[in-house]
Amino acid sequence: MTIAEQGRPAQGRSAASSGKRPSRLFRNPMSKIASIPMIFTAVVIFLGGTVWTVIYSFTSSGLLPRLNWVGLAQYDRLWTSRKWIVSIENLGIYGICSLIGTLLIAFTLAALLDRKIRGEDTFRTIFLYPFALSFIVTGLVWQWILNPELGLQHIVRGLGWTTFNFDPLNNPSIVMYGLLIAGLWQGTGLIMCIMLAGLRGIDEDIWKAARVDGIGTVKTYIRIIIPMMRPVFVTSLVLIGAGIVKLYDLVVAQTSGGPGISSEVPAKYVMTAMFGGQNLGQGFAASTMMLVTVVIILIPWAYLEFGGKKRG
Amino acid sequence: MANPGTLAPAVAANRDMSGPRGAKPKRAFSRANIIVYGTLIVVAIYYALPLYVMIVTSLKGMPEIRMGNIFSPPMEITFEPWVKAWSQACTGINCDGLSRGFWNSVNILIPSVLISIAVASVNGYALSMWKFKGSELFFTILMIGAFIPYQIMLYPIVILLREAGLYGSLTGLVLVHVAFGMPINTLLFRNYFSSIPEELFKAARVDGAGFWAIFFRIIMPMSLPIFVVALIIQVTGIWNDFLFGVTYISSPDRYPMTVQLNNIVNSVQGVKEYNVNMAATLLTGLVPLVIYFASGKLFVRGIAAGAVKG
Amino acid sequence: MKLTTKLLAATAIVGAGAAHATDLEVMHWWTSGGEANAVSKLAEAWDATGNKWIDGAIAGGGDTARPIMVSRIIGGDPPAAFQFNHGRQAEELIQAGLLMDLTDVAEANHWKDIVNPPSLLDACTVDGKVYCAPINIHSWQWMWLSDAAYAKAGVPVPTNWEEFAATAPALQAAGITPLAMGGQSWQQNGAFGVMALALAGQDAWLKVNKDKDATVVMGPEYTKVFEAFGAAREFSAGLNVQDWNQATAAVIDGTAGAQIMGDWAQGEFAMAGKVAGTDYECLPGLGDAAILDTGGDAFYFPVNSDPAITAAQKELAALLLSPAVQVSFNSAKGSLPIRGDVDLTTVNECTQKGLDLLAAGKVVPAGTELLSPDTVTQLNDLMTEFWSTPTMTPAEVQKQYADIIASAT
Repeated sequence: MTIAEQGRPAQGRSAASSGKRPSRLFRNPMSKIASIPMIFTAVVIFLGGTVWTVIYSFTSSGLLPRLNWVGLAQYDRLWTSRKWIVSIENLGIYGICSLIGTLLIAFTLAALLDRKIRGEDTFRTIFLYPFALSFIVTGLVWQWILNPELGLQHIVRGLGWTTFNFDPLNNPSIVMYGLLIAGLWQGTGLIMCIMLAGLRGIDEDIWKAARVDGIGTVKTYIRIIIPMMRPVFVTSLVLIGAGIVKLYDLVVAQTSGGPGISSEVPAKYVMTAMFGGQNLGQGFAASTMMLVTVVIILIPWAYLEFGGKKRG
Repeated sequence: MANPGTLAPAVAANRDMSGPRGAKPKRAFSRANIIVYGTLIVVAIYYALPLYVMIVTSLKGMPEIRMGNIFSPPMEITFEPWVKAWSQACTGINCDGLSRGFWNSVNILIPSVLISIAVASVNGYALSMWKFKGSELFFTILMIGAFIPYQIMLYPIVILLREAGLYGSLTGLVLVHVAFGMPINTLLFRNYFSSIPEELFKAARVDGAGFWAIFFRIIMPMSLPIFVVALIIQVTGIWNDFLFGVTYISSPDRYPMTVQLNNIVNSVQGVKEYNVNMAATLLTGLVPLVIYFASGKLFVRGIAAGAVKG
Repeated sequence: MKLTTKLLAATAIVGAGAAHATDLEVMHWWTSGGEANAVSKLAEAWDATGNKWIDGAIAGGGDTARPIMVSRIIGGDPPAAFQFNHGRQAEELIQAGLLMDLTDVAEANHWKDIVNPPSLLDACTVDGKVYCAPINIHSWQWMWLSDAAYAKAGVPVPTNWEEFAATAPALQAAGITPLAMGGQSWQQNGAFGVMALALAGQDAWLKVNKDKDATVVMGPEYTKVFEAFGAAREFSAGLNVQDWNQATAAVIDGTAGAQIMGDWAQGEFAMAGKVAGTDYECLPGLGDAAILDTGGDAFYFPVNSDPAITAAQKELAALLLSPAVQVSFNSAKGSLPIRGDVDLTTVNECTQKGLDLLAAGKVVPAGTELLSPDTVTQLNDLMTEFWSTPTMTPAEVQKQYADIIASAT
C-alpha cells in the first residue's frame, strides 16, 4: 500500500492538492461554464427524471403517466410478488459471480496481452468483438450452444463421453450460471481494454525496481500494479456494476426469464410491468427500489472518494 | 517479504516513462511463454466460438440449418443470406434490407459520438483538475445515473424533448445520446486525467496557460488511449441503439439501421430465417468492428508517449 | 378496377372530401413473412385511393412497439394510425382524449350491422363512441394434433381432451411428448385459458374473466381445470423449447402429439406444406366445448389538428373494414374477417370450422378484452411458475389464481 500511495499518487495526490486548489480554481469561471452541459444533464435529466419516477411510483399510472395517488400500494404489491423476490435473489447470484468473474478474467487477459506478445491486435479484437454485436442474435447463438441437442452436450457426447450432461438453460437451479457464460463473454472485452489502457500507463521502472528487489511477477501485479491501478478499477467497477443492475437484454434473448420465473431479474421485472402489463406505477416502484439500493452503495463510496480528500 | 520501500523514489523520479511498456522480452519457448499463449488461445476459442457459429450459419441455406448441426461448416456456401440481409429483407412493406437505414445511422452516429466525447472529456477534465464547489455533487448524481435502466427514462425524456420543441428531431436524439453516454464517459476521463502527473499541470499554470490551453495542448495529446476507449464505448452503444432511435425520431424514413435489424431478427411469428438473421447481425456489427481495428494502433500508446511530447 | 370502384364507394360514404393525396404513417408490429404480405395488401388498397401509406413497422410484438407508439403520442407527434390488440390496451389513451372518435365513420358505414361478432365493435366502444377499427379475428381455442405421432403410437387421434389424456401414456411409451409447450409465460397462461373455457364451460369462464368472481375459481368446475392443467404439465415433460413456433414444429415433425395454441399456428403447418385432415387435425375448444374467443387486431387513430389528415384517417378507417380489404388482408394473414358477409378466397378444413363457429355465434370476448394487461401479466407469471415448478400443486396455484382474480379490475 505504501508503494501505491507514494509511487503512484494518482488519486491521493490530486486529492491532496485539491485541498489547496479550490481557492485558486474557484476564481476560474471557465471550468464552470464548461461544466454547464454536465450540470444540466445531472440535474435536469438524471435528478429530474429520478424524482419524476419516484413521484409516479406512488400513483396507479397504467399505460400513461397520470397522478392518481395510491400511496404505498405499488410497493406493497412489489414486495409480495414472488417474481420480484426471485429477481433480487437472481441478481445477487449473478452480480457477485459476474463482478468477480469479469474482474478476474479481464485483468488476467489484459496482463497477458501486456506481456509483449505477438498477435496482440488479433487477440484484443477477438476478446472485444462480442461487445459490438446486437445481443438479440448473439443470445440466440448462445441458446444454441447451450442447447443439449444442438450444442456442447451434443458435441461432447459425440466424442464418446455419452454420460456428459450440460443443459444449463432448462434447469432452474443453474440457469443463472448459463446466463453468466454468455454475460462474461459479452462484457469482459471492454473491461479488458480499460485495464489494458491502465497497464500501459504504468511505468516500466516499476518493473525494473521490482525485479531488483527480487519480487516475482505475480506478486508484483498483486502488490504493486493493482494498487496503482485504483482509478482504473473504480471505472471498471462502475461499468460492471451498472451492467449488472441493468441486466435485461441477455435474459430476454436467452431464457425470457424462464424456466418459469427462475431467471427473472429486476430490470426485466420493471420492463414487463411498464410495457407488458401496462402498469407504469408498478414498474416505477420497482425501479425506485433498485435506485435506492444503488444510492445506498454509491453514497458511502462518494463520501470516501471525495470526503476523504479534505483530510489530505 | 521484499522491502517495497526502495521502489518509491525510483518511481517518483521517473515520470517521463520513456521506457518500453510491459515486461522484459522473453526467451522464445520458455514455460511461461507457453502458458501465456496457451491461455490466450484457449480463451480466444471460447470467445470466437459464437462468431464461428454465426459465420457458418450465415453461409448455409435454411434446409441445412434445419439439420441442426450448428458447428459443421456449410456443405454448400451461399452468400444469398448476406445479400438478402443487406438489400432485400422486408420490414413491413419495405423490402430493401439493412441498406435502408445505413445512412440514417451514420447521420445519428457522427454528431452523437463527437459531441458526447467532447462534452465528457471536458467534464472529466474539469472534475479532475478544476474542481469547483458542488462539482463532486453533480458527479455523484451522474454516477447514480449510470445505474438507471434507460427504459425507465423513456417517458420523462419524451416530455422534456416535447417541452423543448425537439421531439422527433435529430437534434433531440443526439442530445439524448450525449446525456446517456455522459455518466460512464465522464467517469472514464476523470479517473484517467486524475492520474496525469500534477507537475505538468502546475508547470503549465506557471507558464500562464488557461483552462482550454492546458486541455488542448497538454491533456488531450497525453490521453489518446482513453479517448479511444470512449470512442469504442460510444460508437458501439450509439450504433447498436434501437430504442432511442425509434422513439425519439418520429419519421420511419429517418429510423436508424437497428430498426431494420430488429425487424429482420425479431419478428414474433413465422419461420425464422436464421442465416439472414446472422448475416444481418454481422453486417450491423461491422461498423464498430472497423473502429476497433482502426483504433488499435492509437490504443496501445501509453501516457508516456504523450508525456514526452507534452 | 372492381376493387377501385369499391374503394371509391367507401370513400364516398365517408364523404370527408379528401380530394388531395395525404401521406399517412401507420405503425404496426406485423413483420414476419405472412404478416408483411398482409400489410402490403392494406398499403396497396390505400395507395390505390391516391393517398400514400408510410409504413412504420416495429418488430418484437406489442411489448416492443407499444411504448414507442405511446411515446409518439405523448411527444405530440403521433403516427396517423397504429395497431393495438382490441380490448383494454387502449382504454387509457381513450380516457385521456388522445384518440379520435370514429363514431361518424362507423355510422356512415353501418359497422353495427356488419361487424360480426358484435363484441368486436363493443371492444372498440367507450361511452357509446367508437374509437377503433377492428380488422381481424384470432382465436386461442385450438388444439393441433399430429396424425403421424398418433399413428406411430398406434392409437387413434383423440377428439377431445379426455381422449387426449387417456392416450398420452401410449405416446410417451412410443417416445413422443404428448403435449408441446413453449417456455414463455404467455403460452402457458394462454393454454390454461383455453382449457378453462373448454372444461369448465362458458358460464364459469365468463364469471371468472368478466365478473372477476374468485369464488368460481375455487369452485368445482375450475378445480377440474387446475387438475387437468397439472396433468398437462406432466404430458409436456421432456420437450424443452422456447418459442411457440418451435413447439408447433415439434407437432409438425411428429416428435410431439399436440399443441394448444391459437389459430396463428396454422400458418406454420401451411408453411411446412402440411394439409389439415391428413397431416394434422384441429380441435376447436379442445373438442369439448367448441367456443372461440374473438381476439385480434384493431387500428386506432390519434387525434390530429390537421383537417386534411383527420379526413384521411377516417377514410382509412372506412377502407379497413371494406369487403375487398377484409378478404385480401385476412387471406394473407390467415386470420378471420370481422364481417360475416365476405368469403375468404382459400379456406381449409380448420378455417372453415372457425368460420362456422363465428357464424353460429359460438363466441366469447377475448381474455384481453376482459382482463387488464396488468392482470394478464400476473396470471402469466403465476402459470409459468407452476409449469416449471414440479413441486407446486394444482391446489396451490388455484388459490393464488383466485387471489389475482379477486384483486383484478
